[in-house]
Amino acid sequence: MTQRIVTDVAIVGGGIVGSSAALALRRMGLRVVLLERDLCGSRSSGVNYGGVRRQGRPISQLPLAQRAHGIWGRLPELLGTDGEYIRSGHFKIARSEADLAALEAYRDSARDFDLGIDILSGARLRAQCPWLGGKAVGGSLCMEDGQANPRLVSPAFALAARRAGADIHERTRVDEIAHDGQFFHLRAGNTLAVRSQVLLNCAGAWANRIAEQFGDAVPMHSGHPAMAVTEPLPFFMHWSLGVEGGSVYCRQVARGNLVLGGGPGRALDADRARSDRASMAALATQAIELLPVLRHAHFIRTWSGTEGYLPDRQPVIGPSRTTTGLFHGFGFAGAGFQVGPAVGEVLAELVSDGRSTTPIDAFGIGRFAHTPVVEPALAH
Amino acid sequence: MTSTPELQPVIVGAGPAGIRAAQTLAAHGLRPIVIDEAARAGGQIYRRPPAHFKRTPQTLYGTEAARAAAVHAAIDGLQGRIDHRPDSLVWSVQDQQLDVLHGPTQTTHTVPYGQLIVATGATDRVLPVPGWTLPGVYTLGGAQVALKFQGCAIGSRVVFAGTGPLLYLVAYQYAKAGVEVAAVLDTARFADQLAAVPALLRQPAVFAKGVYYVAWLRAHGVALHSGVRLVRMQGDERVRSVVWAESGREHTLDCDAVGFGYALRSETQLADLLGCRFAFAPLHRAHLPERDAAGRSSVPGVYLAGDGAGIMGADAAEWAGELAALTLLADHGVAVDAQRANRLQQKLEKLMGFRAGLERAFPFPEDWAAQASDDLVVCRCENITAGELRRAVANSGADEMNRLKALTRVGMGRCQGRMCGVAAAEILAHATGRPVAQVGRLRGQAPIKPIPIHLVPADSPTHEEVTA
Ligand SMILES: Cc1cc2nc3c(=O)[nH]c(=O)nc-3n(C[C@H](O)[C@H](O)[C@H](O)COP(=O)(O)OP(=O)(O)OC[C@H]3O[C@@H](n4cnc5c(N)ncnc54)[C@H](O)[C@@H]3O)c2cc1C
Ligand SMILES: Cc1cc2nc3c(=O)[nH]c(=O)nc-3n(C[C@H](O)[C@H](O)[C@H](O)COP(=O)(O)OP(=O)(O)OC[C@H]3O[C@@H](n4cnc5c(N)ncnc54)[C@H](O)[C@@H]3O)c2cc1C
Repeated sequence: MTQRIVTDVAIVGGGIVGSSAALALRRMGLRVVLLERDLCGSRSSGVNYGGVRRQGRPISQLPLAQRAHGIWGRLPELLGTDGEYIRSGHFKIARSEADLAALEAYRDSARDFDLGIDILSGARLRAQCPWLGGKAVGGSLCMEDGQANPRLVSPAFALAARRAGADIHERTRVDEIAHDGQFFHLRAGNTLAVRSQVLLNCAGAWANRIAEQFGDAVPMHSGHPAMAVTEPLPFFMHWSLGVEGGSVYCRQVARGNLVLGGGPGRALDADRARSDRASMAALATQAIELLPVLRHAHFIRTWSGTEGYLPDRQPVIGPSRTTTGLFHGFGFAGAGFQVGPAVGEVLAELVSDGRSTTPIDAFGIGRFAHTPVVEPALAH
Repeated sequence: MTSTPELQPVIVGAGPAGIRAAQTLAAHGLRPIVIDEAARAGGQIYRRPPAHFKRTPQTLYGTEAARAAAVHAAIDGLQGRIDHRPDSLVWSVQDQQLDVLHGPTQTTHTVPYGQLIVATGATDRVLPVPGWTLPGVYTLGGAQVALKFQGCAIGSRVVFAGTGPLLYLVAYQYAKAGVEVAAVLDTARFADQLAAVPALLRQPAVFAKGVYYVAWLRAHGVALHSGVRLVRMQGDERVRSVVWAESGREHTLDCDAVGFGYALRSETQLADLLGCRFAFAPLHRAHLPERDAAGRSSVPGVYLAGDGAGIMGADAAEWAGELAALTLLADHGVAVDAQRANRLQQKLEKLMGFRAGLERAFPFPEDWAAQASDDLVVCRCENITAGELRRAVANSGADEMNRLKALTRVGMGRCQGRMCGVAAAEILAHATGRPVAQVGRLRGQAPIKPIPIHLVPADSPTHEEVTA
């Protein structure tokens, strides 16, 4: 028996983007149906590293990141839980004078956004982070950035949306979408059919399939950041750490475990990914170099996830090029957790007002209009 | 047709299953690699003490001495014909290569394989009781390992509790070794055991042994109680007594150690990382890697044998190990004794009736979850209580093991659910009002056991997609 639902907005994908869009739309009073093939927040949004940082983002993303920053500060009020979110500080390490100069240049270019970035080096560095290994010459501290537990936060957005009246269907894969010129018709097997005026494509690394169908194909490929966690260690570090120019990043949770990320994992198939041998090796070497105290720690678990990457490493956020009522929000290039809640609000604004109060011009799908679309590896 | 030297079989686990598999492959001219975490081959039941220990097989293995000697002789006789790598933990697998941690040197390396026999055995099935994390409380298997491997007891006045064939066996082994066994507390009822007799008589020799242990314990004045419910283990620094209920009345018994457990659970993480398909096996009350009657998993080239694919006991492990090896050989065009393979298959099938009898004699305490109090610690690595699990179900609708893990950290500690997974699934099933078959299983994640971070091999990886 197929259940039939008529709604204002249909959302494909219950990640942090789709779920926060559902919540924002409900707060505007619109009817929302969200379809998630698995469990809400079980993909990228629930398995990521948990870095909630603005520092280091392209300047074009900072308005969005600032908006998200405000939302993160109100999680208990919005979701009824803090999701272990803390403004612990995010410290980006410089391993050379050139790195330090790059961090200073970033601080200067982000000046308009009031991130409160503080450059540390020399004696101050050694005094404030005695646990840092010798490779670090300085770094850039953004005290208001922080970290959260993605396993808790992302499902909580979906739960909050449901409590606010969103009709959320988990374990419901959208198999087919049609548009009759006026309405979208979504079908999940023979169990559910949804008709809506508006469709939000929040299908994460799998969003290109939907985009393609509407003539909006983009050159997106999947990536799989490698993650590992150590056994609990005596607590020594509040900050979440990144490294200028890439390589390892890590944070210590209240329980004492260090969560580490860096380098590429590997796909098992289109849906699943793992950390891999080489990335673990690199992670270990770099982590010990950065934090010598880790020398005698154990890894107790590794994992990865599947995330969409576009050539400029910027997301696609905004209306379809071809179809009225279709909006995209995907392709966050391994950095969508922090901005996710703001993207949800922006999508809701686009639906209700036709425009967003936050500048999103850099993320228009039109920027790929002339890029030849290469068949994305494993994006299906 | 593949000529034998091209085959590159690796066996993980040197228990009865792995040893018989190795012997069979060697008999067909192959030189398998046998990787085992333990220092000496033998597996759990025929675990061997360190080489300089001088206890006889008779003292160590009792009625199983002859079998133990045979299995040990088999592996010893393979010296030079197999590549045995003890002290070696397989902690992950990728691209047809096993990741192996060599304990004594603390180094890791990869071992490529063409064909793989997974014979990873079992560990205790634990259902927590209040007080189970007190020092002095061991699993039954742990208590037995102490005795077999190190020749030491877990205490001087010991209570054995829980259910399963190991319960009476370990109590007997302790009593024989001169330890005072304060009591054996079986959650199964005597009526269960009686009802199981017809099925158990399909293996008269094994049945007779079980009867013998019970009779011996009784004759030596050990108090045997069945149909009990374990209430708690109590003590401050260390366990001092056990409280149990029998016919509605609570009893307290002083002791200085407890061995407890509810039969065994298969060690399936490697099969999981290999991508084997799993299914719920009602007899075992567990999700297990699927295998056909000849020992093939769902992944080509990967074979499953012994307790690691379903608890069937030591004899079955030997047969299944040999059978898996014969299947592997036949699959690769090597001529094998097909009649022998058939006979092994039949023996294994016939054992199913006996196995069902064991479940009947020592039934899983299905009311355990209903009786677990909210403050009972289920996951000792992360200190997660039954109440926290129930709250996660109530507040967020968690109805699947991995979601429960994500929300509560159950199974997220060093043991990755080996200790708490069974109990957490029972709590989840009970809290959602669904059969345990439907709550899923914790997905395996590398490393299979914690590995020292500093010895991960330093290949030169590529850097891209670096974020956060
Ligand atoms: C390992 C890892 C580490 C990361 N670390 C960080 C970090 O520290 N900080 C940060 O800001 N970002 C990080 N990111 C990125 C961040 O997690 C993602 O950008 C963000 O979660 C994307 O959210 P999403 O809602 O777009 O996608 P997802 O969370 O992937 O959600 C998309 C959902 O759509 C569903 N779906 C797809 N197709 C269908 C269909 N046909 N029908 C129904 N449902 C469908 C999927 O099941 C999925 O749940 C990381 C990502 C990964 C993978
Ligand atoms: C502690 C314990 C005590 C037992 N005692 C008895 C008994 O007294 N009598 C009885 O009838 N049955 C006993 N059993 C049951 C008995 O283990 C089995 O019936 C029989 O040993 C199964 O043989 P096997 O070859 O399948 O596995 P096992 O004998 O368990 O052998 C498996 C081997 O694989 C190794 N291994 C597992 N994973 C890895 C890995 N990732 N890397 C490297 N090596 C690995 C283990 O170290 C082990 O040596 C016991 C079980 C346990 C857990």
